[in-house]
Amino acid sequence: MSAPKQVATGDRAILPEGAKTIPIYVMGKRYEVPETLTIMKAMEFAGFKFLRGAGCRGGICGACPTVYRKEGDYKLYFGLACQTVVEPNMYLAQIPFYPANRAVYDIEQIEPLADAVHALYPEIFRCVACNNCSKACPMKVEVLDYISAIKQGDLARAAKLSFDCIQCGMCASRCMGELPQYHIAQLVRRLYGKYIQPGAEHLQKRVAQIESGKYDGMLAELQKMSHAELEKIYKEREREPDMVPLGTWMPKDVSHL
Amino acid sequence: MSYTPQMQELIKKVEATRPERVARAKRGENFPALSLEERAVVLGKFHPDYQEEGRRALRVGPDKGLVVPEEVAKVMESRSMLRPEKIDLSKPDYDTDILILGAGGGGTSAALMATDAGLKVIMATKLRHGDANTMMAEGGIQAATQECDSPYYHYMDTIGGGHFTNQPDLVAALAHDAPLSIAWLEALGMIFNKKPDGRLDSRHFGGSCRKRMQSSGDMTGAEIMRVLRDEARNRRDRISTLEFTPAVEIILDESGKCAGAVLYNMETREFFIARAKAVVIATGGNGRLHIKGFATTNHYGATMDGVVMCYRVGVGTTCLPSTQYHPTGVAYPEQNVGLLITEKVRGLGAHVLNIDGEQFCFPLEPRDVESAELIKEALEVNKAVVTPTGRYGLWLDSPMIDLLHGEGTVRKELPAKFIQFERHGIDISKDPMLVYPTLHYQNGGIAINADCETVVPGLYSAGECTGGLHGENRLMGNSLQDVITFGRRAGISAAKYVTGGVELGKLTLDHIAKFEKELVDAGITDSIIAPILLPDYSTDEVSARRLAEARQESE
Repeated sequence: MSAPKQVATGDRAILPEGAKTIPIYVMGKRYEVPETLTIMKAMEFAGFKFLRGAGCRGGICGACPTVYRKEGDYKLYFGLACQTVVEPNMYLAQIPFYPANRAVYDIEQIEPLADAVHALYPEIFRCVACNNCSKACPMKVEVLDYISAIKQGDLARAAKLSFDCIQCGMCASRCMGELPQYHIAQLVRRLYGKYIQPGAEHLQKRVAQIESGKYDGMLAELQKMSHAELEKIYKEREREPDMVPLGTWMPKDVSHL
Repeated sequence: MSYTPQMQELIKKVEATRPERVARAKRGENFPALSLEERAVVLGKFHPDYQEEGRRALRVGPDKGLVVPEEVAKVMESRSMLRPEKIDLSKPDYDTDILILGAGGGGTSAALMATDAGLKVIMATKLRHGDANTMMAEGGIQAATQECDSPYYHYMDTIGGGHFTNQPDLVAALAHDAPLSIAWLEALGMIFNKKPDGRLDSRHFGGSCRKRMQSSGDMTGAEIMRVLRDEARNRRDRISTLEFTPAVEIILDESGKCAGAVLYNMETREFFIARAKAVVIATGGNGRLHIKGFATTNHYGATMDGVVMCYRVGVGTTCLPSTQYHPTGVAYPEQNVGLLITEKVRGLGAHVLNIDGEQFCFPLEPRDVESAELIKEALEVNKAVVTPTGRYGLWLDSPMIDLLHGEGTVRKELPAKFIQFERHGIDISKDPMLVYPTLHYQNGGIAINADCETVVPGLYSAGECTGGLHGENRLMGNSLQDVITFGRRAGISAAKYVTGGVELGKLTLDHIAKFEKELVDAGITDSIIAPILLPDYSTDEVSARRLAEARQESE
């Protein structure tokens, strides 16, 4: 195989040799862009510079939800501009922000019960189970399923079902009952993480050891060591075997644990 | 865009060697790791940081003479957006106890600790609250929580991974606070991967001697950021968040204390004066400077603003010349190029392979070493795959994970990565991924001590924009721990300073004129205006047609 040519620097989009361009319509206006690019890179290729509507550029921050239709197709499609590849004759608009009601609460005071969630978000019972929320989710989260779980009081299930949510707001934009699904899910996940999922006991023990000052001397000693001394103990340190279960292996040297 | 027929042929070579490799992995046998001496050789020859080309000495400022990448030098030797003589500093638009610049994991942690101390906070940020590299960190967060581990070993792995160039007091602070930070996050309601009895699931990572990587699926950073942001929103009476309003200059008072910042509303293009008794800089990294043209894993706003602003008030840097290239950025499909494939994939046992399906390195070397080994296999050994858009790639054999840990492990442990590839027709539990090093992390930055203090009273900093903690190479999971531990410390330190009583004198931006005079005296006449705030991805064709802008620039 031959060595590659310089094809692109950074994120600047390129038209690879032999690649075709296709028409897309950004808010109704036609642009010719290289096929195989994402909507985000295609819009930048066309000359747009984002202020809103671009964030991580890696499909996890929820800044670039985009709604589009294809010519001759009644359906609405939803995707992230940084993750969705352009198609010929797609008509698209970004929705970088959608207003949604968020309830303020105190995580230390609230009880991890469905009733508490229902009290903060009584509109949850306005859900008519139309499933538009799930259809609009660019992360394929089963939004309706977690909303139903919350209505039924199963917070643990709702926390797990909503875990991939990136809080882009597309669910709320399509909701007939005007729910702010993603804010409700955030509340439920925090209740689950704090109160329902079992706490880490070994962590609490370690916190107590640290607070008692157990490691202060060891860390002071390390800070004073020369490069050569550090390198020696670094090389000699024992490696925990890969396949042994957690909490079962102990090193031969336990003097610094 | 799934794999092309030619690539599918090449995948057969990977499949051919897989059963034997899986059997070896099950017996606990690894490809031998390099000795410290061998590491030095491969780094010197193949790591971009070690090459002279594309680097030069800074001509002005506290670090004058320091050799850094050209792209970094350009923003460090830049002019201000502002003409200070036209700004009336006597009537601030905002007045607060603590002004936090940046609203990622570090800034938000600082805000929460400062409000715990009863203070008022303004958090100003370039994009939205949470648009930050924290959000994107996938693999996990280090903390010595297990019985066989301790802060002593966390310290040792960190400083060894950094080739013993780290600032010791920062490493000690990190190792000490890490379990406390995890407990804080757990108490805020963060969901960790746990065993049924509540034990934190922990894994190995490149350069670890103990399983110390805690995680939350493969979106650990996103889960941290969601929880911190939600908590900050619950405190909106004490934390006011200004989105799309980055800082462009630090303001001092006449005695030289930090006294606030000039903020810029990017939507209305207005500037505002924010007076504060203390300022915390948590503006993140510099991946969007695209050093040497490398693709990056960083978020859209990672343009090194904090380091630039601090440099103008006389705050120097630590380890700034060092940049981290993550060994496994996506090389195919083109749409995902540069995006991160978490080290957890290798932590779960996936091998790195050449075009013939052969292993050529220990998969969990420290990141710089691993990157250099991949670049070597491509450039010297000439055994990389070349993608249809002419990029190098090496195989990352993700299907091994299900074979080692049971069917469904890929989907369970790497859900976000699975979806990301599935969108482009690639099932990473069945087919390997193509990877190549990508620009990942600003190792160096603003010089601080373990209390996050800079040399300017009242000016604090935390997170990726600072330097010293990681030395010249950062280990996985220490960046998320960095933003939490030092974000918290910055909030606590700044709060203590403000509570101790701060009397601000007359505000000044005189340091800008002084710095710009230094530029002129050094004969620098072509400097750019920075912070640049956002990268420009217009094509040459588009730029050439922007005639009005070209005319304005020439005037």
